[in-house]
Amino acid sequence: MHIAEGFLPPAHAIAWGVASAPFVVHGVRSLTREVREHPESTLLLGASGAFTFVLSALKLPSVTGSCSHPTGTGLGAILFRPPIMAVLGTITLLFQALLLAHGGLTTLGANVFSMAIVGPWVGYAVYKLLRRYDVPLMVAVFFGAFFADLSTYCVTSVQLALAFPDPSSGFLGALGKFGSIFAITQLPLAVSEGLLTVLVMRLLVQSSKGELTRLGVLVAGKRDTTTEAVAR
Amino acid sequence: MSRNTKINLLLLVVVAALAVLPLALGLGDHKKEPFTGADGEAESAITEIEPDYKPWFSPLYEPPSGEIESALFSLQAALGAGVLAYYFGLHRGRRQGEARALAQRETAKTPAGSGAEEV
Repeated sequence: MHIAEGFLPPAHAIAWGVASAPFVVHGVRSLTREVREHPESTLLLGASGAFTFVLSALKLPSVTGSCSHPTGTGLGAILFRPPIMAVLGTITLLFQALLLAHGGLTTLGANVFSMAIVGPWVGYAVYKLLRRYDVPLMVAVFFGAFFADLSTYCVTSVQLALAFPDPSSGFLGALGKFGSIFAITQLPLAVSEGLLTVLVMRLLVQSSKGELTRLGVLVAGKRDTTTEAVAR
Repeated sequence: MSRNTKINLLLLVVVAALAVLPLALGLGDHKKEPFTGADGEAESAITEIEPDYKPWFSPLYEPPSGEIESALFSLQAALGAGVLAYYFGLHRGRRQGEARALAQRETAKTPAGSGAEEV
């Protein structure tokens, strides 16, 4: 989903930067508030950022015969709500833009918008919706992470199609083109990301029950069937 | 092995299988260059749609070779994995420490309690 440096026309680059900035600023404020009010959560915040670091470095082969990577933003969005992921995702993207020539500074706004804003929000919304209908925790976590990953790549396809509409078939034609490059490649990777997020969440349920209860992922007193399975 | 560990291992095996299967089944064979990055493919699609497009900004720093690039990618993954391992290791140690302290307190209490009864 990394749009390469210089590959968005200046007007688009600026527009996505302007669209992303308020989310990141708001995220920084939520992050500092979280750390000030709950200093004990710093470690788990670090772990959420670390998860994004690992997953976005893993380029995996996919069914389309090309490689892509997961985003790892679903976990943090579920644990700490999406605004905080806007910051952690931006840090990851900056690292890659500056050191790896992967993504770029001019396309940072667009990449932040897809990976650090839309992905976390979509994942969080799916997770919350499923939890409201009493879907077991781990199933909700899987689909949250799955859709956080997939939606990120759909946004990238839209961004590129907006910037480079097909001369004959227009925006939709270009969307089909970029969508077939990104979205289909991403399907099995989104499944992988969902499974890895479930794995980490299972380990967290084992090791950090108190923290998860404070964050509202586990409900105090009420024992989830999944939690019971993990505790056994 | 506990049921819990088995489920965790199964999750890892499925993820590994999802990564290996496209390679094993040769799903990249129809391509001139199999298993290139989707990001790069998008770049070629852009030049297909708009052959005159020239990137107007280039990266400030570019890894001088593929080796350096993969080294930096490994560094990124290693940093993340290190922090995650620290987190889970710390919590496991804390839990074990608490359990041990609790057990010690129990054993310290029992003889003292029985001693008091004898007197």
